[in-house]
Amino acid sequence: MQLAVWTYEGPPHVGAMRVATAMEKLHYVLHAPQGDTYADLLFTMIERRGKRPPVTYTTFEARDLGKDTAQIFQDAAREAVARFNPQAIIVGASCTAELIQDDPAGLAEAMGLPIPAIPLELPSYQRKENWGAAETFYQIVRHLADTSVTRAPREGRKARANILGPTALGFRHRDDLVEIKKILSALDVEINLVAPLGATPEDIKTIGNADFNIVLYPEIADEAARWLERTFAQPAVRTIPIGVGATRSFIADVAELAGADPTPALGDTSSRLPWWSRSVDSTYLTGKRVFIFGDATHAVAAARIAREELGFEVCGLGCYNREFAREIRAEAARCGVEPLITDDHLAVEDAIAAACPELVLGTQMERHIAKRLGLPCAVISAPVHVQDFPARHSPQMGFEGANVIFDTWVHPLVMGLEEHLLTMFREDFEFSDEAGASHHAAHSPRKAATPDPVSEAPVEDIPAPAMAEEGGTLWTAEAERELKKIPFFVRGKARRNTENFAAAEGRRQIDLETLYDAKAHYAR
Amino acid sequence: MSAATLLDGCAAELARPEAEAQRPVLRERGQREVFCGLTGIIWLHRKMQDAFFLVVGSRTCAHLLQSAAGVMIFAEPRFATAIMEERDLAGMVDAQDELDRVVNRLLERRPDIRTLFLVGSCPSEVIKLDLAKAAQRLGAVHMPRVRILNYSGSGIETTFTQGEDACLAALVPVMPALPAEAPAELLIVGSLPDIVEDQFLRLFADLGITRVGCLPARNARELPAVGPNTRYLLAQPFLGDTAMALEGRGAKRIEALFPFGVEGTSDWVRAAAREFGVDAALTEQVLAPGRERARIALSKLRPQLEGKRISFLPDSQLEVPLARYLQDELGMELVEVGTPYLHRAHLARELESFGPNVRLSEGQHVERQLDRVRADRPDITVCGLGLANPLEGEGLTTKWAIELVFSPIHGFDQAADLAELFARPLRRRDLLEV
Repeated sequence: MQLAVWTYEGPPHVGAMRVATAMEKLHYVLHAPQGDTYADLLFTMIERRGKRPPVTYTTFEARDLGKDTAQIFQDAAREAVARFNPQAIIVGASCTAELIQDDPAGLAEAMGLPIPAIPLELPSYQRKENWGAAETFYQIVRHLADTSVTRAPREGRKARANILGPTALGFRHRDDLVEIKKILSALDVEINLVAPLGATPEDIKTIGNADFNIVLYPEIADEAARWLERTFAQPAVRTIPIGVGATRSFIADVAELAGADPTPALGDTSSRLPWWSRSVDSTYLTGKRVFIFGDATHAVAAARIAREELGFEVCGLGCYNREFAREIRAEAARCGVEPLITDDHLAVEDAIAAACPELVLGTQMERHIAKRLGLPCAVISAPVHVQDFPARHSPQMGFEGANVIFDTWVHPLVMGLEEHLLTMFREDFEFSDEAGASHHAAHSPRKAATPDPVSEAPVEDIPAPAMAEEGGTLWTAEAERELKKIPFFVRGKARRNTENFAAAEGRRQIDLETLYDAKAHYAR
Repeated sequence: MSAATLLDGCAAELARPEAEAQRPVLRERGQREVFCGLTGIIWLHRKMQDAFFLVVGSRTCAHLLQSAAGVMIFAEPRFATAIMEERDLAGMVDAQDELDRVVNRLLERRPDIRTLFLVGSCPSEVIKLDLAKAAQRLGAVHMPRVRILNYSGSGIETTFTQGEDACLAALVPVMPALPAEAPAELLIVGSLPDIVEDQFLRLFADLGITRVGCLPARNARELPAVGPNTRYLLAQPFLGDTAMALEGRGAKRIEALFPFGVEGTSDWVRAAAREFGVDAALTEQVLAPGRERARIALSKLRPQLEGKRISFLPDSQLEVPLARYLQDELGMELVEVGTPYLHRAHLARELESFGPNVRLSEGQHVERQLDRVRADRPDITVCGLGLANPLEGEGLTTKWAIELVFSPIHGFDQAADLAELFARPLRRRDLLEV
């Protein structure tokens, strides 16, 4: 048994729902008790979908157990096919139905339905949401793909690609797709199929017609892409075009497989991140300490952008999906940090507090952690909440995605010029630290009028190292006063560094001298 | 609901012999678009501030709680899930030992917990994990510091608010005994927001009824006493099992309308006043200011709701009393009133005011019910979060049912707030020009 308060991923059948909801004319018959219908609200409320997910829940009750739950499943499946008229159904069990072992696959097969019924085996007590989505997409492709298709020779036609991975409830999948289509159009590559998002079972049949695949979200599409590689000899582009550098590599990879000229796509004049990052106002971004946590794909991409395109220092990197831990380990090694592979949000919270970052990039969970620690935060990965499904176009991928990322990550920080002004005016009697930066009052750390454990804690309240807790206040009054003269947004870090330095040096007291010795020690 | 009323696992319009001659009920069986009883934890843990709820279940249970809570509001709320894993099910470890380990670790980390509820879920019920035994065993270790109780919030047994019923029913056996010779005491049953509870307590104090207890108490370790001289008022219509458990300890129910709106609240307070021998004139005098305030507040909202047609999809069991209030006090027209479970005895007086054309339905076959909504085209439909946006997408105005459970809606001073919950979506519909 594992004690959990919040979870990064839902159960695997929620992953299957993300695939089913993304597709058209596919229906999911899910053997499940009442209550499991809660998952509908993820799509209708968080993603604001105007349609119910195409899922029929069989809704068995305690008194049905050991009697006619199998019959209930078959009735529900028959009714769903008659009512929704799908081109195919997927059938499976949620955690409770898995225990009663009704075998939805066998039951559906025995019914002789007029359409394909694709069985899903999603072990709820071992696997999680992303795995469930990947397995579901793979099973759909494997069952429906027409393996008899032969591609016409490449001469005299455009190269054709499948775009694989976007689902319902994905972080910015809708907008990423627009950017990817733009790139393919500039490369004169034809899109054979986008799946799961918007694809019908009939469309999936033709998946073998493409010359190659583009795996946008490996967490969801990699399993299927590997099968397609074996079955149709379709190579895959696996570069994730998040960030300017990655987008350039992606364009080069696609161009190579398509035999196209990458120049027009590379010359996209709307790519602004490079200049925004080089412009002098951005100098202050240099070496900002950033803690990154999310799904592996987005976390790795964020770490590269942070280091190479914004000049940040990555002070922590991790992911919650163990399946992709290898990618995180490799990137963490490049960043020189210990990788954090965990789905325990309390462990993530501890790691963030210990790392003392100036910016947190994470999921909805890290947004809450950062809020409580009084740290600026931007969201880079699922799971996300309703505010991360914006009305405006807001991709992560492609050059426009990099533009969006620049704005989104830099916005929560104090602006460059303003940072200097704050330093200049901090002695002014009319200047108050607690006012924070001018452009985002909602984000700036403030002292709550009444201490409230739920609301954001001021920066200074980051848990101090053990020595301070043991020995009480080590700071001399003079050093404490000096510390207050440091602007609030770096004060927590200064306190922390000084205490670590004092501990390492074995100093029993932190006086002015220690404070400035530490400053020299940590000088960048 | 007895099994005999649901014959073939499909929608069945079956007539029960008694009483249904005048009031037929459409009984349906199919997909239910409702939460399970675990959801009650979201408000119960706020109400009982020294209690912790540990769901023994699956990843789905944990995901439900965080999704239904809407946002992860609290860093470490007073609930959690002990997620069962493959090795618990495959018998590689003893699930009871694992539970001991998890509970001990939890109680170590959270010394503020005084009452711990082990909450059963669908998977724990299916594998017949005996949580009563676990509660007893762990209780023997941790009492008196922590009292450990158990109930089931599983979706195979409970619907949404039935989770609160099961939780309160689990508290009844540990309520102290009120001796047979003790003076009569009033017990208010059903969790209410503190502000509403205080309003009611003031009303009863003004009537001279001072021996008043509340179940649940704000502190789960300070439960009110119960005995043959306990007279209880149900504040919520979904507490059938709790009522039965109280009757089992000798308490007697005061029959009344549920305290929604001016008339519901008046009837509820009057019934208690009569039971406690309060002078009728004094009762009216005490009720008058609240009635007047509510009347004024409602007079502004009535024009917005009068004549509007409303359908309730089954959700919280609050449907019948709320429908009565909206019809009688705001002039709304009831099209369909669906409820997950119809407690005939507790709702008898509420149902009296329904006209013959009101379609009353129990249980759910969500597809057929939505067909009826599309055919009826009510001005407003009360439904769960999974259905609200899809219905709005079809041009039907909706009200999320869950807000009715989370908001203070009982009593005189909330009557207009309750009406506003229905008026706002209608006003918004008229306001928007996009």
